[in-house]
Amino acid sequence: MKTIQFREAIAEAMSEEMRKDESIFLMGEEVAEYNGAYKASKGMLDEFGPDRVIDTPISELGFSGIAVGSAMNGNRPIVEFMTFNFALVGIDQIINNAAKIRQMSGGQFNCPIVFRGPTGSAGQLAATHSQAFESWYANCPGLKVVVPSNPRDAKGLLKAAIKDDDPVIFMESEQMYGDKGEVPEGEYTIPLGVADIVREGSDVTIVSFGKIIKEAHKAADELAKEGVNCEIIDIRTVRPLDFDAIINSVKKTNRLVILEEAWPFGNVATEITYQVQSQAFDYLDAPVQKINTADTPAPYSPVLLAEWLPNHQDVIKAVKKVLYK
Amino acid sequence: MEKITKEVYLKWYEDMLFWRKFEDKLAAVYIQQKVRGFLHLYNGQEAVLAGALHAMDLSKDKMITAYRNHVQPIGMGVDPKRVMAELYGKVTGTSQGMGGSMHIFSKEKGFYGGHGIVGGQIPLGAGLAFADKYFKRDGVTICYMGDGAVRQGSLHETFNLAMLWQLPVVFVCENNGYAMGTSVARTSYSTEIWKLGLGYEMPCGPVDGMDPVTVAKEMSKAIERARSGGGPTFLEMKTYRYRGHSMSDAQHYRTKDEVEEYKKIDPITQVLDIIKEKEYASDDEIKTINKRVKDKVSECEKFAEESEYPPISQLYDMVYEQEDYPFLQHKL
Repeated sequence: MKTIQFREAIAEAMSEEMRKDESIFLMGEEVAEYNGAYKASKGMLDEFGPDRVIDTPISELGFSGIAVGSAMNGNRPIVEFMTFNFALVGIDQIINNAAKIRQMSGGQFNCPIVFRGPTGSAGQLAATHSQAFESWYANCPGLKVVVPSNPRDAKGLLKAAIKDDDPVIFMESEQMYGDKGEVPEGEYTIPLGVADIVREGSDVTIVSFGKIIKEAHKAADELAKEGVNCEIIDIRTVRPLDFDAIINSVKKTNRLVILEEAWPFGNVATEITYQVQSQAFDYLDAPVQKINTADTPAPYSPVLLAEWLPNHQDVIKAVKKVLYK
Repeated sequence: MEKITKEVYLKWYEDMLFWRKFEDKLAAVYIQQKVRGFLHLYNGQEAVLAGALHAMDLSKDKMITAYRNHVQPIGMGVDPKRVMAELYGKVTGTSQGMGGSMHIFSKEKGFYGGHGIVGGQIPLGAGLAFADKYFKRDGVTICYMGDGAVRQGSLHETFNLAMLWQLPVVFVCENNGYAMGTSVARTSYSTEIWKLGLGYEMPCGPVDGMDPVTVAKEMSKAIERARSGGGPTFLEMKTYRYRGHSMSDAQHYRTKDEVEEYKKIDPITQVLDIIKEKEYASDDEIKTINKRVKDKVSECEKFAEESEYPPISQLYDMVYEQEDYPFLQHKL
C-alpha cells in the first residue's frame, strides 16, 4: 500500500488507463496547461500531449456534445466539469444523447464516456456552487452514477468507469481532493454497483456516500463511546445501487439511518427508504430516518450554512431516534 | 467532384422521386394510424440531399441530422424497407422499433441519426469529426440542421470549437423558411443565416438548395476543404418544405400561393426537365423509372406491415452495454 491524495488517485486512474488505451482522451476547462482546476490532472499534459489532454473554452454544452459524438465514432472520452453545477448548461448532451444513443439506435451505438468533476457543497459558495445532482442523474436510465469517498475507492472506481462501455457520471468533491489515504500498489479496479461495508456493527445501519460519509464515521465513533454499535455502508455507486447490501444489513440491525448531502425531496435516500420498506418491512424495528440538506438553496452566511448542511450531531440524533434512546 | 453525367441526372431523378413518394406513403399510413408519434417529412428539400451525396465519399464520410431524417439514411444506402419498418415500430426497423420517426440510425452506412432535440446534433456532428481527426482518418462529417436550430447556443459553442480544432466537418443549414410555424424573419435579426459563420471566420455562404447541381458543387468544395485539413464550412441551403412541420400542422403561417411558387422550382421537376431537354431518357424510360419507384414504395409498405412487433423483453435489452444491469421493477 501507498498513501496518496484523492486528486492523485484521480490522476493515476486516468493516466494508467490512458497508457493502455489510445482512444481515451481527457477534455475540459483548465485540464491541460493549468494541470486541472483542482490539480486532478497534474502532469498529464506533459505525459500525453495536447492531442489527448485538451483544454476547452467555457462551453460545457459544446464540448460535452463533441465528446459524445467522438464516443459514437471510436473514442472513450473523459470529460471534466470544473464542478457539476456547470454541467447544467451541458446537461442536454448527457441526458438526451449520452444516456439515450444506445436505445434510440437499437443498440448500434454505445457511449463509453466518463463525465467527472466535483459535486455538492465546498464551503461558503452559496446557492449556485453547492448543489448535489446525484439523484437527478441516477433517475435517468442509460447512465451510471459513481460517488467515491476516499482515494482507494476513487482510483479503483474511476478505472472501472473508464473501462465501462456505458456512460458514467463520476462525482468527486473539492473538499476531498486533499484527503490522503492508502491505495494498493499496482493494478486494481473496484466494480461499479457494489457497496462497501466500511464499519461493521450490530445496532443500526447508516448508509451514506461521498464526502458527507465522514460525518457518519464521526457519529459512529461518538456513539461507540455510549455502547452503540453502528454499521456503516458506503454505497459508492448510486446507479446501479447495491440494495442487497443495505437490505442484508438491515436484516441484521433492524434499524436504518440514511445520510445524503442533497435536497430532501425525491433523493437517493428516498429510493433506499422505499426499497427497504418494500423488501424488509418485517425486519424494521423503527421507521427509517433520512438526513439531508435543508429544503432550500445553499446559503452563504456561515451560521446558515452550518444549519443547512447535515453533520455528525444530526446523525447521532437520528440513530438515537431509531433506537428509541 | 465527379462529373454530373446523364447517369447522375437519372439517378437523382429516381432517388429524389423515391424519397418523395416514400414520404407521401408515410403521410398516408400516418393518417391510417399505422405510423404514430410525430412525422416530419422532407418533401421539397430533396436537392439538398441529392447534391450532398454526389459530393460525398460514402466509404468514409458520415452524416448526422435532426428529426426530418427518413430519407437521408436511404440515400446513404440503408434499406428503405427497414426505415419504413422503424416507423411502424417493428422489430425489423433500423432501431428495432426503439427509435421511431425521429431516430433513424445506421452504424454500418455512416448515418449517425436522427436527433429529436433541436440543435442537439450540432456538437455531435463536430464530435464525429473530432474522432476522425483524432484517429487520423480522412473522413468528413456532414452535419445538417434546420433554420430553427441555428438559434441554439449549441451552434455557437460548436462553431467556435470546430474552428479552434479545425475539425473536418461541413455544417449545413437547411433553411426551409420556417421553424415549425415561425418564419426566420420573425426570429432572426439577420435573415442571412450563412453569415453566422463570419463571426467565427468559418468559410460560409448561401446556396440554392433547390438545385442539386449547385448543391453538389458547393458541398464538394466544402468537403474537399475539410478532407485536406482546411477545417469546417457553413453552408446555408435555401430550400422549402411543401408539407407542414409535422402532420398536425394547419399551416396558417403561410399562403398556398407561396407553396405553389416554390413548386415551380421543384428539384425533381428541375432534374426531369434537364433529362427531357437533353434527351437522357425517353418518355417510356421515364415511365419505367416511375413504375419502379412506385413498386419499391409498395414493397417497403408490405415489409413493414408484415413484420413483427418487438418482443416485450427487448425493453431491457437496449439501454446498457452491460448485459446483467439490475433494472428496478416498475410494477407488480
